[in-house]
Amino acid sequence: MNADELKKLNVAQTVDARGTSCPGPLLAAKKAVGEIESGEILEVLSSDEGTKNDIPKWCEKMEHEFLGIIEEDSYFRLFLKKA
Amino acid sequence: MEEEMLKQLEDLKKRVGKLEKNRKDQLSIAIVSGDLDKILATMIISLAAAASDTKVKLFFSFWALSALRDQKKKAHGKDFISKMFGLMLPKGRNKLKLSKMNMMGMGPAMIKFLMRKQNVMSLDEMFKQAAELGIEIIVCEMSMNLMGFKKEEIIDYPHLSYAGAATFVAEASESSIQFFI
Repeated sequence: MNADELKKLNVAQTVDARGTSCPGPLLAAKKAVGEIESGEILEVLSSDEGTKNDIPKWCEKMEHEFLGIIEEDSYFRLFLKKA
Repeated sequence: MEEEMLKQLEDLKKRVGKLEKNRKDQLSIAIVSGDLDKILATMIISLAAAASDTKVKLFFSFWALSALRDQKKKAHGKDFISKMFGLMLPKGRNKLKLSKMNMMGMGPAMIKFLMRKQNVMSLDEMFKQAAELGIEIIVCEMSMNLMGFKKEEIIDYPHLSYAGAATFVAEASESSIQFFI
């Protein structure tokens, strides 16, 4: 999905992992995904460059649908749909 | 001809099923090193695996056992050699040395400073998260006795047990990922 489509999504929860380093954002995402329902959308905020690759890989393994990334000035917004 | 194909397909299905059953989604690591950098790497990989719902079993032996010593606990009734070992080896995960650039403790102090600065979890926090995620720690009893450590000086950790090499071999043979640090 492109940035405009991502911005229109109905996000069930946003987890702010900015400032933490690997594997902080992953652990934050794992915890937050446990708090939403299947089919709902989670947004993860991270300032860790590696997260851009880690979260999509993690989604693949966990069978969540990775929707895309919005790059802000100093952080990333990653979107996924819970399996 | 068709019958033959179906039979082969059935046979293949059975074999795939068996293979899948043999390889669990599990990470088994044998940790022998007790260096700060290697224990950090162990914990980071383990946490990432556990966050991905991979079962994690960590087998601590030899030098790695220093990381499991509780700084506040005291063991009694040790013989002379055990006492000497106990004195010379790091007492707990916060006293571990770096495998390179240790520089009489300046290296670890600098790494810990950088970790705080860059918001990397501390080893204490990593062990706490590991406990929450159900990461198992298995202590090699033979090497613990060899190093002169006693159970009463090992950290309190909810998923800790004692076993031997056969347990690691059995667990590793069923794991999709295994390695040695």
